[in-house]
Amino acid sequence: MSAELISANHAAALATILAARANRTARGFGSGVYPITPQTESIERICEETFEKGHVVRVESEHSAMAVCMGFSLGGLRAFTASSSNGLAYMAENVFAAAFYRLPIVMMAVNRTLGPPWNIWVDHGDTLALRDAGWIQLYCEDNQEVADSVLAAFRIAEDRRVLLPAMVCQDAFILSHTMMMTDLPPQAEVDAFLPPLDLPHRVTARPLVVGGLDPPRETEVHRRQHQEAMNAVFEVHEEVRGEFKRVFGRELPPAIVPYRLDDAETIFVSMGTTAATVRQVVDAARARGEKVGSLRIRMFRPFPEALLRAAFAGRKRIAVLDRDLSPGLGGIVFSEVRGLADPGALVQNYMIGLGGGDVRAEHIERILADVRARERAGAPEFVEVGG
Amino acid sequence: MKTLQTFEPEPALGGLAHTPADRPEPILRAGNTNCGGCGMSIGWQLLSRAVADRPVQLVIPASCSIVTAGTYPFSAYGAPIVASTFASAAAVASGLAHAARLNGEKTRVLCWAGDGGTYDIGFATISAAAERNEDILFICYDNEIYGNTGGQRSSATPQNAWTTTTPGGKDVPKKDLLGIMAAHRIPYTASVSMAHLDDAHRKLEHALATPGFRFLHLLAPCPTGWKSEPAESVSLVRMAVDSGLYAVYEVFDGNRVRINIDPTMSDSALERYIASQGRFRKGHADLKALRGEIDASWRELRARAGWASEEATR
Repeated sequence: MSAELISANHAAALATILAARANRTARGFGSGVYPITPQTESIERICEETFEKGHVVRVESEHSAMAVCMGFSLGGLRAFTASSSNGLAYMAENVFAAAFYRLPIVMMAVNRTLGPPWNIWVDHGDTLALRDAGWIQLYCEDNQEVADSVLAAFRIAEDRRVLLPAMVCQDAFILSHTMMMTDLPPQAEVDAFLPPLDLPHRVTARPLVVGGLDPPRETEVHRRQHQEAMNAVFEVHEEVRGEFKRVFGRELPPAIVPYRLDDAETIFVSMGTTAATVRQVVDAARARGEKVGSLRIRMFRPFPEALLRAAFAGRKRIAVLDRDLSPGLGGIVFSEVRGLADPGALVQNYMIGLGGGDVRAEHIERILADVRARERAGAPEFVEVGG
Repeated sequence: MKTLQTFEPEPALGGLAHTPADRPEPILRAGNTNCGGCGMSIGWQLLSRAVADRPVQLVIPASCSIVTAGTYPFSAYGAPIVASTFASAAAVASGLAHAARLNGEKTRVLCWAGDGGTYDIGFATISAAAERNEDILFICYDNEIYGNTGGQRSSATPQNAWTTTTPGGKDVPKKDLLGIMAAHRIPYTASVSMAHLDDAHRKLEHALATPGFRFLHLLAPCPTGWKSEPAESVSLVRMAVDSGLYAVYEVFDGNRVRINIDPTMSDSALERYIASQGRFRKGHADLKALRGEIDASWRELRARAGWASEEATR
């Protein structure tokens, strides 16, 4: 394969198919799939494929999609599924279970507004509601990053130091249904990048209970091990970025992605495709001589606290853009990053693009004017962008 | 000089109890903490003997049987067990069964679930796995109650039974799950009586050997929840069978029905079955009405089995 004009749904599916094949010499590949807009095309594409050593189970719910993946993974297979929005909410119990079993399942999640009332457009609230589920979470900005992140996610998740599931998140329709030139590596390169999976705790004939009763003392140990595995992701992610570049000759974005940050006094913090619009405004502001920069959070779990603290050092004004809302709190990204700014820095939260509103440069300019004019931070602001 | 003798175990219960000839160790090991007279525990011994030296993997959803295992890192089970989320046993087992198949392993994958995990929360998952004809043996040990949480009603709880959530007795009858599972036209569906060991063993062996989705239903007395004498558990099942309350039959491919035990339809067995259980004391069980319902369901079952209809009327 080479560069093709494809949607992010197909980018995720084709990357998964390559990763699936890469495990053909080991125990193979398994997937449990269930449709939900706007993710459906990805699983449809996987269902079109014939695997040398793999099987796709067409299940009756998202809850079972993850359960089947857990069965595959417990059997030592590489496992993948995809979901979105209310599907993720329905799946939630087993999302937690997959992490607690320490299974390196990869899930592509298309971020979509939770309902009712029903809305199929982008909002990050669905996967952010699963931030505490014990999964690695990567948020992408374009289709190439979706494809590359799926490949990288398998490698990171399956690393012996990690053994945790990973979620690759992308914005509904803005990416899921938008065609972009996307380069997919040849199978031989993927084979070189993704070693065959040898899951140390797969179920064999040994009489062991997987996931049985855990008293407080053992739970303390298991939770601590989970945290240690998460902390190992930063190092593993950097190694995988190096390996990614060596094998594919392309950069995998870092955990946080800076843009014209060097001397910036005012910075934007965002996730997903909002960052692309923010960059236009940063360029315009720079052209006017304003010291403005952007920071995109790509890895939300594990939370890159040290990287963010370093990136926030010296910034006077930070506008945190949330495409999500925790009612009664405000933005979820804001609530996690606000404490990392320098003392005295102004950190203001803006809810923008909720329910899939079209975030345009003019809206970001309005936020820039607002954050620069402020004497102090106030309550979270709702920026209405409409359809 | 003494010669070393080969130890031949004394056949217990005509060979139906566990012996070293069956498995290196039983699936449910000695020293577990289950209640006396636990029907589920008896079921494990039946299964253990039928499994013999076959490699198995078991998926157990939330239930007394996962508490049975004990706490990490111990296990009361002599087989690999996945403790699944409540609704997910049949889906997790689907993945494991495909994993074994894709890797050329002869492992048989089983689900062992209570009535809550089968009739209620697990039902959509089981129905879907049956529709896909996954290579799974699903065994429901039905104690007609959420036993692990202290005795709440499930859709397997019989009418008039007291539970903590039906303090006046349950007002609707039990769901006919065997009928529903047979309607999926799966290769094998059967009810298993732990009071009829030859029939039970034959069915377990057939179910273990048959490919595709197989469903076994085991009436499993719970002395704690039924308020019955632990020593009477097997007798209670015999009464349920003799009275016609628990029909022992099997269905092949959803259409070939074979009745395995032609009950005497004993009224006295029915009376003793109801009277021996504290759970029926508050619900004012109407034996005459119950007899009518049993007779009606047998007329239907006999018709499905192709038995002469006059046999159904007494």
